[in-house]
Amino acid sequence: MAMQPMEQFEVAPAMGMDHPLFHLFGYPIYFTNQSLLMVIVVMAAASFLSLAVKPGRLVPNKTQSLAEVSYEFVANMIHSATGEDGLKFFPFVFSLFIFVLFCNFFGMVPGSFTVTSQIAVTFSLACLVIAVVVVTGFAKHGLGFFKLFVPHAPWYLLVLLIPIEVISFLTRPISLSVRLFANMLAGHTMLAVFAGFVILLGGAGGALTTLSILPMALIVAIMLLELLVAFLQAYVFAILTCIYLNEALHLHDQH
Amino acid sequence: MDVHAAKMIGAGIACIALVGAGIGIGNVFGSYLQGALRNPGAAATQTTNLLLGFALCEATGLFGLVIALIILFT
Repeated sequence: MAMQPMEQFEVAPAMGMDHPLFHLFGYPIYFTNQSLLMVIVVMAAASFLSLAVKPGRLVPNKTQSLAEVSYEFVANMIHSATGEDGLKFFPFVFSLFIFVLFCNFFGMVPGSFTVTSQIAVTFSLACLVIAVVVVTGFAKHGLGFFKLFVPHAPWYLLVLLIPIEVISFLTRPISLSVRLFANMLAGHTMLAVFAGFVILLGGAGGALTTLSILPMALIVAIMLLELLVAFLQAYVFAILTCIYLNEALHLHDQH
Repeated sequence: MDVHAAKMIGAGIACIALVGAGIGIGNVFGSYLQGALRNPGAAATQTTNLLLGFALCEATGLFGLVIALIILFT
């Protein structure tokens, strides 16, 4: 483990589920550790949010105000990024935010598995976002949605700008997914590498063993940074979704 | 030169991408502080843009880091 920093990202069948569930197009489909973590994350998020607001206290206690704060946080984010008519996407953006946030935070538990460190997961989420954006744009503007690729500029600049706009639109699912995936991958690899330092120094014996407290302290600091990054990446994922939705809803006009 | 050594050198070169990320993140926070000290009233309204800029900057550097990791571990 110490010398294998990438081992933690290995997708393997979950404990006791060594037999494939069923076969799809000749490929065996397993219930993996990733699926297990996703089930845990969804159940934890759903039960936390529903139990926290179940009593419906007028004066909220700590758990209820946490749920209310996260609701208001996302609602404010959508309102400031897309305006009034973006609020009908609240359930979509809120579930995305909570899912990514809980996946990131559950990945921080030592020994668990980070679902968002798999490009397959983040790319699926990003594709879902782009699909919603494209469907919204065409539903609202019809073929006028293509005006998104034509900024207000003189015609001789448009020759250059339209391909750039098209390319930037097409790379959005890639950049959206790779940003989250790379942040999680890099953070957890870094933690594993520093954990390797601790084991190496600790096993060296003599004065070097006491020195191993330095990388240990550094791990604690990096852990705090990673908690910030875990929240920040979920936030960025959600706010970029809002920004893309805003463009689909309003094209180039400000809301 | 054998393949393993070339891989190591390539991974090291790929990490140069983090230079740009470092400059970018410094720029984001530096400019935010400059603006915030000149007009403290508007500072709180710009935290969204601050975090967004930070995350976008950091991501570009991490793309390079991912390339390095892919070179090293595949």
